Amino acid sequence: MTQSAPTEAGQDELMEISMGPQHPSTHGVFRMDVRLDGERVLRLKPVFGYLHRNHEKIAEGASYLAAIPYTDRLDYLCSMTNNWGYALAVEKLAGLTVPERAEYIRVIVAELTRLQNHAGMAGFLLQDMGASGTPLMYAFREREKVLDLFESLSGARMMCNYMRFGGVRVDCSAEWLSQTAKLVGTFGGFLDEFEKLLTGNEILMARTQGVGVLPRELAINAGITGPGLRASGVNYDLRKVDRYGVYDRFAFRVPLGEHGDVFDRYMMRVLEMRESLKILEQALRDIPGGPIMDPKARLRGLRPKAGEAYARVESPKGELGFYLISDGSTNPYRYRVRPPSLINLTVLEDMCLGHNIADVVVILGSIDIVMGEVDR
Amino acid sequence: MTLEEISGRLQTGIPGCQVEMVINGSPSAQNSLLIDRHHGLAAARLLRDDLQLDFCSNVTAVDWPDREKTEKIKTKQIVDGVEKEVEETRKTTIPGYLEVVYHLFSMAKKEGPVVLRMRTGNRTDDASLPSVTPVWRSAEFQEREAFDLFGIVFEGHPDLRRILMWEGFTDHPMRKDYVPPPDDDFELSREQ
Repeated sequence: MTQSAPTEAGQDELMEISMGPQHPSTHGVFRMDVRLDGERVLRLKPVFGYLHRNHEKIAEGASYLAAIPYTDRLDYLCSMTNNWGYALAVEKLAGLTVPERAEYIRVIVAELTRLQNHAGMAGFLLQDMGASGTPLMYAFREREKVLDLFESLSGARMMCNYMRFGGVRVDCSAEWLSQTAKLVGTFGGFLDEFEKLLTGNEILMARTQGVGVLPRELAINAGITGPGLRASGVNYDLRKVDRYGVYDRFAFRVPLGEHGDVFDRYMMRVLEMRESLKILEQALRDIPGGPIMDPKARLRGLRPKAGEAYARVESPKGELGFYLISDGSTNPYRYRVRPPSLINLTVLEDMCLGHNIADVVVILGSIDIVMGEVDR
Repeated sequence: MTLEEISGRLQTGIPGCQVEMVINGSPSAQNSLLIDRHHGLAAARLLRDDLQLDFCSNVTAVDWPDREKTEKIKTKQIVDGVEKEVEETRKTTIPGYLEVVYHLFSMAKKEGPVVLRMRTGNRTDDASLPSVTPVWRSAEFQEREAFDLFGIVFEGHPDLRRILMWEGFTDHPMRKDYVPPPDDDFELSREQ
C-alpha cells in the first residue's frame, strides 16, 4: 500500500499513499493516489471507474422512456433533478411542452431535493472533520422528512422515477401539498439550530477557513459549476441564467462567496437552503390546477425527428446536462450525461497541494460528489 | 452572437480555417459549427479570448461507423434486341469517422450554447484530434473519457490515460461495433 522514495536532499522520505477505494471519507469507491512529504501533499491523482457500468451505452440500447429509471441512479441522492434534466432534453428534442401544474410540481420536488442534498452534504462534511455523529444525525433527521414526502408522492424514497417528458407521472394531492408546506415551515428552524451549533464554531472555522482555496479564474476555466463555483464569487446559477421551467416567476437570490475556501462552500449550501425555502413557499402558494401531462407526449414508442438537443439543469451538485442525438428511431443514437460531480473533481489536486493530508478529506467533502454520477 | 457571425470571425481570424454550418433538424434548433481539425486549437483560443466563450461545459464524442448507401438507378439496356429499362441497385460505402462535440457557454455574457464539432479522418489509424485542454481545463477528464470509451487520441493532452476502464483493457466500449465479451470471460480479459 505504501511506497517510499528518497527526496532530493536524500534525508527524508516521500511517501505514496493510495487513499481508497475503500476509505470512509471518499463517500463511495473513489481512490486518490497521494504523494506526501510528511503530512504535506505534493501530488494527488484521482482514480475513477470502480462504479462504472457504462450508463450511456445502456441508455442507447433502451427506449427514451426506459432511460428514466437509469437516471435515478446517477446521483442517487438527487433522482428528481436527474429526471428533470433528462426530461428537459427529450422535450427539447421532440418539441414537447409541459403543463403549468407539472412545472410547479417539478420546481417543488427539485427544491426539496436541493434541501435534502445540501443538508446531507453539510452533515457529511462535519463528519469528515471528525464531528462524529451529531451534525450528520441532525441533518439526516430533516432529510428523512423530505424522503417521506418523496415516498408518499412517487412510491420511492430515493429512486423516484417521477418525471416524464411532457410532465410528471402522478399528480400530487392537496394533502401532500399541505404536508410539504408544513415541512417548509419548520425547516427554517432546523437551519437556525444547525447554524447556531456549527457556523460560528471555532473548530469548524479553523479547519475550513483558508483551506482548499479555489481562485475565480481557475473555477471558470475548469468548468466548475454549482455551489463550488459560486463560493468563488462567480454569479452563475442556471435557474437565473437559463430560467428553465418556471423559475423566472420566483423571487430568490443567488448566494455568492468571497474567498472560495471550504468555509465558503459550506456556507453556500446553508444559504442556498434558505433560498430554496423561499422558492418553495412561493411555489406552494401559486401552484395552479390542471393537467400534469402534455397530451401530445407519447411515452411509449416515442420517435423524435432526427436531430440533437442539449439541455441542462441546476442540480444540487452543479450543471447536470443531457445531450441526445436522435436518428428517428425509438432509441437515442447518442445519449450523454454531463456529470457535474466528475468535472468538479478536475481541480481537486490544485486545491489540495500544500495542505495536510487531513485537509484532503475536508476539501473532498466540500466538493460534494456522488460516485454513481462520477463513474456512471 | 449568431453562428454566422462566429463562423465569419473564425474564418477571418484564422487563415485557412474551414468552418461549415451543420443544421439540426429537431425542434431544439441547436445548429452547430464543424471546424476542420487542423485549426481546432487556434479556433478554441480565439473563441475563448476574443468571443468570451469562457466556459466549455460539455465535451463528448459520437461514433459514426461506415454506412452503406443503396441507390436505385434506371438504365436503358438492350435485351434480346429490344430496348428495356432495367433497374440497378448500386451500393456505395460512406466512410465512417469519430466526431467530438463541444458545448460552449459564456459566463461573462451569460450566453450559449455554441455547439462546435470536429471530425477525425477515419475510425482506425487517423483517429486523432487536437486537445482543447490547454484552453479549457474542463475538457481534461472529458477528453480522457472520449479517449477511453471511443478511442480518439487527443494530441496535446497533458495526461491522456484511460479514465473509467482499467489499464490494459484494449477495446472502446462506446463504439457502435463494440462486442462485449461473454460474462464468464470478463475475469480472463482482465488478466490479459
